[in-house]
Amino acid sequence: MSQELTRINDFVVKFANVNGSGSASANQLFARSILGMGVPISTRNIFPSNIQGLPTWYEVRVSEAGYLGRRGGVDLMVAMNPQTWDKDVASIDPGGYLLHDSTKPLPPSKFREDITVLGVPLTEIANRAFADPKQRQLFKNIIYLGVLSALLDIERGVIEDLIGKQYKGKDKLIAPNIQALDLGRAYALEHLDCPIGLRVRRADAVGDRIFVEGNDATALGCVYGGATVAAWYPITPSTSVAEAFAKHCNRLRKDKETGRNRFAIVQAEDELAAIGMVIGATWNGARAFTATSGPGISLMQEFLGLAYFAEIPAVIVDVQRGGPSTGMPTRTQQSDLLACAYASHGDTKHVLLIPEDPRECFEFAARALDLADRLQTPVFLMSDLDIGMNHWLCEPLSWDDTRTLDRGKVLTFEELEAGTPFGRYRDVDGDAIPYRVYPGTHPKRGAFFTRGTSKNADAGYSEEGSDYVANVDRLLRKFETARTLVPAPVIRQAARPTRIGAIFYGSTAPAMGEALDVLEAAGIHMDTMRVRAFPFHEDAFRFIAEHDTVFVVEQNRDAQLRTLLVNQGNIDPKRLIPVLHYDGTPITARFIAGEISHRLAASGDVARKELAS
Amino acid sequence: MSYLKPKLHHPGLPTNALGLTRFDYDGAVSTLCAGCGHDSISAAIIQACFEIDLPPHRLAKLSGIGCSSKTPTYFVGASHGFNSVHGRMPSVLTGANLANRDLVYLGVSGDGDTASIGLGQFVHAVRRGVNMLYIVENNGVYGLTKGQFSATADQGSKSKRGAVNTDAPIDVVSLALQAGASFVARGFSGDKSQLVPLIKAGLKHRGAAFIDCLSPCVAFNNHAGSTKSFDYVRDHNAALNRLDVMPPRAQITADYAPGEAQDVTLHDGSTVILRKVGAEHPVGDRVAAMNYLQERQAEGEIVTGLIYLDPEADDLHAHLGTVETPLAHLGTGDLCPGSAALEAINASLR
Ligand SMILES: Cc1ncc(C[n+]2csc(CCOP(=O)(O)OP(=O)(O)O)c2C)c(N)n1
Ligand code: SF4
Repeated sequence: MSQELTRINDFVVKFANVNGSGSASANQLFARSILGMGVPISTRNIFPSNIQGLPTWYEVRVSEAGYLGRRGGVDLMVAMNPQTWDKDVASIDPGGYLLHDSTKPLPPSKFREDITVLGVPLTEIANRAFADPKQRQLFKNIIYLGVLSALLDIERGVIEDLIGKQYKGKDKLIAPNIQALDLGRAYALEHLDCPIGLRVRRADAVGDRIFVEGNDATALGCVYGGATVAAWYPITPSTSVAEAFAKHCNRLRKDKETGRNRFAIVQAEDELAAIGMVIGATWNGARAFTATSGPGISLMQEFLGLAYFAEIPAVIVDVQRGGPSTGMPTRTQQSDLLACAYASHGDTKHVLLIPEDPRECFEFAARALDLADRLQTPVFLMSDLDIGMNHWLCEPLSWDDTRTLDRGKVLTFEELEAGTPFGRYRDVDGDAIPYRVYPGTHPKRGAFFTRGTSKNADAGYSEEGSDYVANVDRLLRKFETARTLVPAPVIRQAARPTRIGAIFYGSTAPAMGEALDVLEAAGIHMDTMRVRAFPFHEDAFRFIAEHDTVFVVEQNRDAQLRTLLVNQGNIDPKRLIPVLHYDGTPITARFIAGEISHRLAASGDVARKELAS
Repeated sequence: MSYLKPKLHHPGLPTNALGLTRFDYDGAVSTLCAGCGHDSISAAIIQACFEIDLPPHRLAKLSGIGCSSKTPTYFVGASHGFNSVHGRMPSVLTGANLANRDLVYLGVSGDGDTASIGLGQFVHAVRRGVNMLYIVENNGVYGLTKGQFSATADQGSKSKRGAVNTDAPIDVVSLALQAGASFVARGFSGDKSQLVPLIKAGLKHRGAAFIDCLSPCVAFNNHAGSTKSFDYVRDHNAALNRLDVMPPRAQITADYAPGEAQDVTLHDGSTVILRKVGAEHPVGDRVAAMNYLQERQAEGEIVTGLIYLDPEADDLHAHLGTVETPLAHLGTGDLCPGSAALEAINASLR
């Protein structure tokens, strides 16, 4: 047997469960109890696209150092699913631990020599204590939570408080939960060598950070950004954006006197209708958004072209999942970048904002609504399942009360009355953004026709080639204006000067941060750039120019960000080395560090250059 | 604006309550084929808007794609128009209506636009009770793409090239009834005296108002063998009723014998007076309306007039419980909960 792992506040626990067995609540209690002890965690749900029966995993990364991405590997496996047993046992790092239900004995061949096996007769304990079959199943999960608390030295009081909070108002559920917890603790303390090498020690490393799901934060961003119309069609993993928007609006957006709603939420008949409603609403002066995922984006293409060409604001939240087609509906990817950047037929280019965590989901959702109005064009918020449907520890959300909604260039009744000249598609200010007028503003002035057909600068129907060219060229210039308005990339210099750079974006951020430290410890220094928007800021191209070797790390097969960079920056593709992860699970620090060090080793030339610098 | 015609007003022209003449409701010169039924419908819309004293800029006219969907350019030039994409006008209109409940919404569509590519959106906008008047300019063919059968073409009817339609038709009136439209009518572009009041009443109705307007395509569907030609429709028209729309508080002078007419008061206080000319038809009975349609259809008759009306209907805004102020008019203070509320949310997430 290899050396048992001993690590304090720095390990990975993974739960293997069966979907529908009620384990989610116990697993979350486990994660939150560690948070309650002041130790940062990150959690990942890996779940199937059905409701019951199939395997599900929940991974908890415990890291006092604050690494919030997936590390890779498992130190302690809670193996509750016979169906995935072999794979789960195999995934444990040497020296790691296996906690399992020992009610029914398993042959020795089912175990490994190089790990510590911790058997607890969970079913037996549950059956003895609880009569109701449903309770037996549910409390089995709480019993293993009790076992884990003893094994990892988690304070019982913290869990008790969390159970109290969770069942507030349903007080009669508290006692049996505590009973189950204590049954597990007592068994472990009596029969197992507690605590094991992996331990939680009270710390003060969480600060005032919040623990929130990306989709929840996105929805709040839409509330703060002033969206009043939301039209959507259910699709994993974006559904909870609309649901959370409804929840927040019901709390924050009711007229106090009348109880009526300052919002309208429509579950459309499909994504075509959803984006159509958004376009109708924004044309008519409201702020509107839809939330969807890849298949929905595919359906919206025709309307997105209309919004681009007719210059109508729209915010589309794309919570990306594994494609193409139905792909892996409950797994994560960053594979809609190209589909969104160039959505629809003809020459189109759209603005993308790419958040790294729930905090940026909030910020960018509000900003997307401003930008869509300012630029009069669709703006995509490119989230993904990893951020959207997992709880992330992040800085608290903040809002500046002096901020007002930027409605962009809209002529008012007074301005029209004063004789302000108006031509819907005229570039008056030189930034290629025209003025618009909301329908119904003025009895005599400002009415125009909106159409997806070619038009002249006054919105009159025109099939003149010169009118068309002038219009689409202005749209290109407008995209240049967008470049100055979108969030700039975040560039980090390595501790030492280096000619190696890495570009990444979105949910890859936390794993990337950890990978950098791992690489640095191995003597590989890299500058990094986190891209936050399309069109790319000019700094992005400077970053590429300033490095000899540039890795582009992303979670899709075809290196979509790399393609966009090559296209837009006219960059020699050879200059950008793709590092790609696309099995549907969130990328890990081990994967990134492994790939990059491997590639550098393979091209000794580059490594030498780096070492020389 | 390019689509505005120079206005040379005769000083003696009649004006409406807003002091506007009929010409103030004109649009650009039509580019449709001379004699196209759609142009007669545009004229009827102009007449109706003039007669109900609709401030032109308070009308929002939306359409899909097709000859029919081009027509919003040809009426009420002072209002905002929106040619969306093929078959998707209903969703755009729904969104527009959600944004500003104070405007009057007129959706114009074709039978291809509505009954084929846009069937889903049509039914859903109707079932949601979007406050609008939705007009289908129904010619049984795709005009703009040159004469293919549409889904409303009758089985057995002939195309201009002699092809026979083998598919069963979709009756958009039955569909609208089934989907829950609270105002359902059928008109004929060749019968303006019936159509204008229908449009007036439809514009005033709160809820989903629907008019299927038979509108022969002179280029591709006005020949012998077509069941959407002028002659065919004229010969088979069974007019259910004629109606008048009286503005609120206007003196109603009855010029009909009791028993031959029926008054219905709409939300805004105006009155619809139905004059029965066909069979006695209880206009407030959805089931009876459906049965009647089917019966007459079996006899080869095309029922026109107001087929169903629920004067008590309410609309999507009522269903969603939205505030009276148009959502588009709410500002930062109404919409952004501020940093204190956010701090409380942060606290709940720790
Ligand atoms: C997605 C899409 N498919 C096809 C077309 C081509 N198209 C334009 S108009 C039309 C049919 C219009 O027919 P209808 O709605 O009956 O109107 P009409 O021209 O007869 O008035 C079609 C198929 C299109 N514009 N968009
Ligand atoms: S093709 Fe038919 S529908 Fe189109 S404009 Fe001509 S007559 Fe009207």
